[in-house]
Amino acid sequence: MSATSEFKQLEIPENTFLDSNEMILNMGPQHPSTHGVLRVILKLDGEKVLGTECVIGYLHRGVEKIAENRTYVQFNPYVDRMDYVAAVSNGLGYCESVEKLINVEAPPRAQFLRVILAELNRLASHQVWLGTHALDIGAITPLFYTFRDREMVLAIFEKYCGARLTTHAFRIGGCIYEAYDGFEKDVIAYCDFVGPKIDEYESLLTGNRIWIQRTKGVGILNAADCKALGVTGPVLRAAGVKWDLRKAQPYAAYDQVEFDIPTAENGDTFDRYMVRIAEMRQSVQILRQAVEKLPAGPTMAKVPKVLKPPAGRIYHSIEAPKGELGYFIVSDGSTQPYRVRVRPPSFVNLQALDKMVRGALIADVVAVIGTLDIVLGEVDR
Amino acid sequence: MPDEKSELDKTPAKALSAAPAATTVSPTPPSPPTSPKPAPAAAKPAAPAAAPKPAPVAWESELVASLKRQYGTGIREASIYLTDEYLVVDKSIVFDVLTRMRDDEHFDYCVDVTAVHWPKREEQFDVVYILYSFAKNERVRIETTIKDGEKVRSAFSLWPTADWLEREVFDMFGIEFTEHPGLKRILLPEGWTGYPLRKDYGIRQQDQAWVKANIGIESGQ
Repeated sequence: MSATSEFKQLEIPENTFLDSNEMILNMGPQHPSTHGVLRVILKLDGEKVLGTECVIGYLHRGVEKIAENRTYVQFNPYVDRMDYVAAVSNGLGYCESVEKLINVEAPPRAQFLRVILAELNRLASHQVWLGTHALDIGAITPLFYTFRDREMVLAIFEKYCGARLTTHAFRIGGCIYEAYDGFEKDVIAYCDFVGPKIDEYESLLTGNRIWIQRTKGVGILNAADCKALGVTGPVLRAAGVKWDLRKAQPYAAYDQVEFDIPTAENGDTFDRYMVRIAEMRQSVQILRQAVEKLPAGPTMAKVPKVLKPPAGRIYHSIEAPKGELGYFIVSDGSTQPYRVRVRPPSFVNLQALDKMVRGALIADVVAVIGTLDIVLGEVDR
Repeated sequence: MPDEKSELDKTPAKALSAAPAATTVSPTPPSPPTSPKPAPAAAKPAAPAAAPKPAPVAWESELVASLKRQYGTGIREASIYLTDEYLVVDKSIVFDVLTRMRDDEHFDYCVDVTAVHWPKREEQFDVVYILYSFAKNERVRIETTIKDGEKVRSAFSLWPTADWLEREVFDMFGIEFTEHPGLKRILLPEGWTGYPLRKDYGIRQQDQAWVKANIGIESGQ
């Protein structure tokens, strides 16, 4: 990597080190605030950041290559390992994409079950984000609160499909598992439980003077920059763009539930925090409606045992907790995908880091990495 | 993975022969996007179904008409397949088309840049751009084909997001983009040789020399 070679090239300046203002600092890959193994090379003038370069790929497992060597069905569990904090969303995107390719639609009950599980996962993902983001900035308590509350979601997942994180909850054509006895009751109990908890998170942070100082006006990314950099999800909405794929191009049963798209105006770290908090409340609202409307009926569409989608190529995307998650699948008519391209929101959003921290302080870099809500498993795939 | 494949293919042995010879040409999907459940049909009577294989529907719109007027045969295909609108254009005009899409047609968000490798074709690579317009709520895919070693002009000047996306294409396929601000590997280490998403790169293959030199082990497997 260039930094190592730059280190080697460095010669002792003519006078002393104190004469040169610029310094190169290596942050990560083993750094608690990088949320995994992200290495950021910082070019600094004192505490001020002049530029950054991200070095990624430490978690690269070649997911897209694996896809070409597995059948459509076999590849399904692999997608959970990308964004492991929101595995349900990954699976939802993949299953819907393959369904589009083979022209099958999941039955209504499955659509609603998918909405319920995906929204539960959105809440869990935002809780992980909030806990770790606050921890990075110096507030330790929210981490314990959010992880304690997330446990209820994981318990529902475990009862539903036997797994807590990498759930493999959906299959191509619907949901293979029927909701367990008391599923609806559990979800509603969680809604009742988490509503006041979100207020509790807010009472810890929203009016907190330190929190405001560390987040307001930090890492501003305006709407034009978001679009140019392809940044989606809460980061885009915090910049004032009212755009959410669940509304813009509804999938699953999102066209049958009512919810708002929270937005903010300034596009700074504080606004992104407010947008995500508001999104959690919207998710609770979606959950209540989806449970109420959950229709009876089968959960799996008729899908051939051996999947051989007709030759062709499609792109389909969903609103994952972190932004637009897309799958571009090329079929050559065989049982294995010819090519699967994953359009990961974390990867594209991370690209905005440099723009957001130029001119800021090192401590802000930590805040901005947190506010982008990246998962390195998805960045590197 | 041949063993897995053979096991899975046991059930409908007949259907296998129906696999279209489309591996090297751009895709010609055999089922219309409207039928509610073609799934069982696809599995069983696939073999003789070659005759009524409907191609993607022609995409007719103001946009396509004006592009065709301007570029003529440079627009090789404009179709809709399973609600996806896409254009296949000649590589000589792809940057112009992208520029037009951004400036005149409000496609202000470049969703993805990627590639597909077809080793048996003379023009081995498809380069694929997926664009989205916030104003129109429309998505369009623009594809072009290039030979191995041919370069494409980078879309970085149109959408800065293409920076990393194109670096990943370079990293995985070895396709070079001209006028890119810093084209280098992104997911793999810089000294790595080979491009893993090319079809001739085996799933277990890796740069043994690099692994030995940098990690100090015989094999990463």
